[in-house]
Amino acid sequence: MEVIASFVPLVVILPFVGALINLFLGRYMSEKLIGAVATTAAGLAFAIAAVMTIGITAHGYEATVVNPPLLDSWLYIPSAAIDIPWQMRVDTLSLTMMLVVTGVGTLIHLYAIGYMHGDSRFARFFVYLNLFLAFMLILVTGNNFLMMFVGWEGVGLCSFLLIGFWFDKKHGEGWKNSNAARKAFIVNRVGDFGLLMAIFLIFWTFGTLDYYKPNEVLHLEGEPHSAAVDTLIRAGEGGHGGSSQKGVFAQTEAWLAEGGHIVSFGVFELPFETVITLITLFMLIGVTGKSAQIPLFVWLPDAMAGPTPVSALIHAATMVTAGVYLITRTSVLYHAAPLSSAIVTIIGIATALMAGFIALGQWDIKKVLAYSTVSQLGFMVAAVGLGGYAAGMFHLITHAFFKALLFLGSGSVIHAMEHGHHHAHAHGHAEGDSHGHDDHGEQADHGHDEAFDPQDMRNMGGLARRMPITFVTYLIGTLALAGIFPLAGFWSKDEILGKAFNAGFNDGKIEGFLALGVLMVAAGFTAFYMWRQIKLVFLGVPRTEAAAAAPESSPSMTIPLLVLAALTIFGGALNVPLGVSGVLVLGVLFIMAGFWLLWALPGVRLFFIGRAEPVTSQPTVNPIFRLIVLASSAAFILSGAAIMFVPSLGASYQLEVLVLWLEHSVPYTKGLTLNPILAIVALSVGIAGILLAQRVYSPSALAEGNQDILEAQPSTRAAFRLSNAKLYWDETYGRFIEQPYNRAAAWLANKLDWEFWHDRFHHTVFRDFYKRAADFIATPVDRGAIDQGFLRIARGVAQIAARLRGVQTGYVRTYVFTMLFGVVLVMLILLLPLLRQ
Amino acid sequence: MQPPTVATEYFVVLSAVLFIMGVLGVLVRRNAIMIFMSVELMLNAANLALVAFARQWGNAGGQLTVFFVITIAAAEVAVGLALIVAIFRTKKSIDIDELNAMQG
Repeated sequence: MEVIASFVPLVVILPFVGALINLFLGRYMSEKLIGAVATTAAGLAFAIAAVMTIGITAHGYEATVVNPPLLDSWLYIPSAAIDIPWQMRVDTLSLTMMLVVTGVGTLIHLYAIGYMHGDSRFARFFVYLNLFLAFMLILVTGNNFLMMFVGWEGVGLCSFLLIGFWFDKKHGEGWKNSNAARKAFIVNRVGDFGLLMAIFLIFWTFGTLDYYKPNEVLHLEGEPHSAAVDTLIRAGEGGHGGSSQKGVFAQTEAWLAEGGHIVSFGVFELPFETVITLITLFMLIGVTGKSAQIPLFVWLPDAMAGPTPVSALIHAATMVTAGVYLITRTSVLYHAAPLSSAIVTIIGIATALMAGFIALGQWDIKKVLAYSTVSQLGFMVAAVGLGGYAAGMFHLITHAFFKALLFLGSGSVIHAMEHGHHHAHAHGHAEGDSHGHDDHGEQADHGHDEAFDPQDMRNMGGLARRMPITFVTYLIGTLALAGIFPLAGFWSKDEILGKAFNAGFNDGKIEGFLALGVLMVAAGFTAFYMWRQIKLVFLGVPRTEAAAAAPESSPSMTIPLLVLAALTIFGGALNVPLGVSGVLVLGVLFIMAGFWLLWALPGVRLFFIGRAEPVTSQPTVNPIFRLIVLASSAAFILSGAAIMFVPSLGASYQLEVLVLWLEHSVPYTKGLTLNPILAIVALSVGIAGILLAQRVYSPSALAEGNQDILEAQPSTRAAFRLSNAKLYWDETYGRFIEQPYNRAAAWLANKLDWEFWHDRFHHTVFRDFYKRAADFIATPVDRGAIDQGFLRIARGVAQIAARLRGVQTGYVRTYVFTMLFGVVLVMLILLLPLLRQ
Repeated sequence: MQPPTVATEYFVVLSAVLFIMGVLGVLVRRNAIMIFMSVELMLNAANLALVAFARQWGNAGGQLTVFFVITIAAAEVAVGLALIVAIFRTKKSIDIDELNAMQG
């Protein structure tokens, strides 16, 4: 394993090299070459991560710490006892993250080649994207909190750069984009304050930032307090100090086992348990910033200003999950701080519910997905708060698949709408405006379409026929997000709900009951707003010329969609809480469902058979889809119930691959047995949400005057408006934070700084004092004493010189006589001793 | 038969007389040529004293020195006469008292 794991620096270096190549040579390269370099860099990183995964599996899941060449001593200050090595950790958790980041990253790189085609800063986009990958991989591979922080800040920077990527759009769009970028950056700084405080506290308490020292081997088979840890504790007691011998987590275990440890902070002392609670709460502030939880989530919806591949990669699949990764990584600390975990849970469920509600009332296709992401991140955070670290990671992975799929699908839709709009106008107006078809940077430049918003769902409708591949993949993503059996989202969401159920009914925790109820409602919201989106975007009839003329996207964009769709369908198999035979039945079901879909869906048939049906033959596909949804749901429920209730199918040998896998690096990971009733309830909630949306948004998706159906009905109007206004979060922050802050800043600038400090203090104290002192030094001291003194000396010298000048007669004989006199004098002096004798 | 010997004292006295004549000449004459000749007189007085003592002590070093002095005096004559010619060309006179540009 050592040898294979030592490739891990390459995983970081390859995307970095890709970024450098495109940075310096990008301007000389064609778009295809730039995209190939960037995608290859990401793909090779994925390949190495995959090889390491195989290696670690073959070697008993043993974690390895790798010292990259040339970088082993990063921060080493012996006098202050600071030794923070640049070490990378290869274990099952970091490998999971590496695979997700590079895997989804590679697909999105490929997609971006098509999406960014024709952009004026094509190369720069890929530089940022590769740089983001490098930083994200530093974040997940680091073996200490400081490396994690370097990655954490690096991805924040790349996020800023990419959100504001189109900062130069015309008609004020650019300002909006760069403001969104700044908002993301500043809000994240608030979270980073918390993370930094946590890191400082960790260093103060433990004297090290390493997760585990290289010699520590984590054997956590079954119980976390295993013999291996005990051995480590004893080894630590034998050594000097102990704190430098062990990493943070082993040290925590040791002190907790010891009991009654007191941490001294110089002037005051705190019990160790209190310190851990403080650390985890500060860390939670960081998590709420990066993973977009209440109260710091406000940046993520605005971050949709970036290009869609960025939204998919950074703001849905990878960067925003860093907070979940962080809590999972520090599971030892959170497990020791029940209060913090409870707060984490409550923040998670509150975010899930709140964001799910806001998503119900959005018009922008990407805003719906953004709030959905916030909501799903709330699910993950709630899961890790409940101690379901594997459940959180599982949902992280499946969410990365289907949310990346949905974002890329929405990007495909937006792209098509722009094309369709241009196409419609190119035919409608014969003036022949020759704007570039694909130039995103210039898209706001079309004089006639200032009012047209390609992301507004009110402008869409009926796209299923125009874009079959996008539609089918989007539908799969939607069903997965809604938690429909047997797609990936069903399994991961069910596991989170199962965790909540266990925490409530088995452990008797209040937050467990709370989480179960709230997350159920949030899951219902999810199904509802996603089906509303399907109805608005893909079904019904086209509502604009652009939607009627929208073309399917190029293969570079649809291939990633198909791959992600496959991952979304089968991703649940990562952690199926079923026996072998149950999985076999599942597999047969999948194949049957595939054939059945092929028969039922015109879009799927079009894609596989390649025969386009006449568009005009059916004005609406609503009845068909209603039938499909009902029948498929019924079939899946029946077959699922069979698996759950027939005992021989759920054999004793569990196939929770992810739990078994993560147990080797995340302490306190526990598997879960499937709770059939809970699963059926959750599934029913999802289906009910879809059916409700189907009922509400039929026969027409929009009411009179482009109003939402819910807005048109008086009983739900208030709720819709509240949701549409995003619950006034931004306004509240503006009112209670921004305005007081700006007023305080203005007061400080105008009153304190300018009027008092500058006008009064500077003028009276500094300027006047300086002037008086300068006058004193100039007039009496310099011109009086110093000048006069030197003048007098000079005059004296001149007088003496005038007198001495008379010696020079100019007559030769005078000089000769003087010389003679001198010679005689010298001779006399020489001869004087002789004369005396 | 011994050659007639002259006591060294006579040579020294003659040398001193010649040297004093030279000094006085340099001090009192105003003609540059005369001053120059007086300098030569002093040089030769010194030469005379050198050979006289060389003879008394039977040491050829003094005579050797005299040759050097004569040689250098010849060179000095060349330089000095050239200077005098140059002075005459500019001043149309070789009166040394007119060369008082160094007067303070």
